[in-house]
Amino acid sequence: MKKLLILIFLTLSGLVAFAGENGGTGMADEFYKSGRIYVVIATIAIIFVGLAIYLFAIDRRLKKIEKGN
Amino acid sequence: MKIIYQTWWKILAVVLIFYTLIAGLLVPVPVLPILHETIRNLYFHVPMWIGMLSVFVISVYYSVMYLNTGKEEYDLASVECVNTGLLFYSLGLVTGMIWARFTWGEFWSGDPKQNSAAIAFLLYCAYLVLRNSIDEEQKRAKISAIYNIFAFPIMIVLIFILPRLTDSLHPGNGGNPAFGKYDLDNRMRMVFYPAMAGWALMAVWIATIRYRLRLIEHKRNNINL
Repeated sequence: MKKLLILIFLTLSGLVAFAGENGGTGMADEFYKSGRIYVVIATIAIIFVGLAIYLFAIDRRLKKIEKGN
Repeated sequence: MKIIYQTWWKILAVVLIFYTLIAGLLVPVPVLPILHETIRNLYFHVPMWIGMLSVFVISVYYSVMYLNTGKEEYDLASVECVNTGLLFYSLGLVTGMIWARFTWGEFWSGDPKQNSAAIAFLLYCAYLVLRNSIDEEQKRAKISAIYNIFAFPIMIVLIFILPRLTDSLHPGNGGNPAFGKYDLDNRMRMVFYPAMAGWALMAVWIATIRYRLRLIEHKRNNINL
């Protein structure tokens, strides 16, 4: 399980390689170059991880109740 | 239905969505007029509809199964799938409206796809209203199962077929090329397909949680009777 998590984390870290280019649309070049895109990504990631943990917690609580029955 | 108690596909859903959240913002996108960077919305707006579809398909399947077997659990599965589907439906509509505001000019343009989606939304809300109006359990389950079986194909026609037959602003309809053929490139596909899979699994997960809660309530009520 730990190995799987490390593997996933490293794969996701590889995505940073894309951070240099941003498609040339011109709309958000400054935003990307200044690195502020990482603030957005961090925000979204934190929100999503929080929601995912919440869902897993609900799932675990349900399992406990179902086992009791 | 034992798979709903397993964890592996739930972790897969979370990992896939997490990947698309990060990759969706970092991977470069093709340059298109009007859309510019908003094309990244594709990774979030469309998967909402896939989530809704996957859960509505499961719902109508269990409606048919209920009519075949009469097992109350199937009716509970149907209604909780519709509940979850309506959540994703609303999210799809709202995200579409926001995207439309910045690309078509208004939140609601009276576009055939938007109108049809709104009508089909009301169709499924009517399913919930119908259920509320019937007190007796078996009658409620039977009638709502029949309604579900009608509502599903009508929703499919309204959302996916009707807009393609007429003028529409929405990509993929009214003679517009869908994002698939002309605008999506392989880099986007790398993020788009995992997003669809991840959100479909996420929608099913939420539906299964609701279903399990309902099942526990149902069992408790039966013990008390």
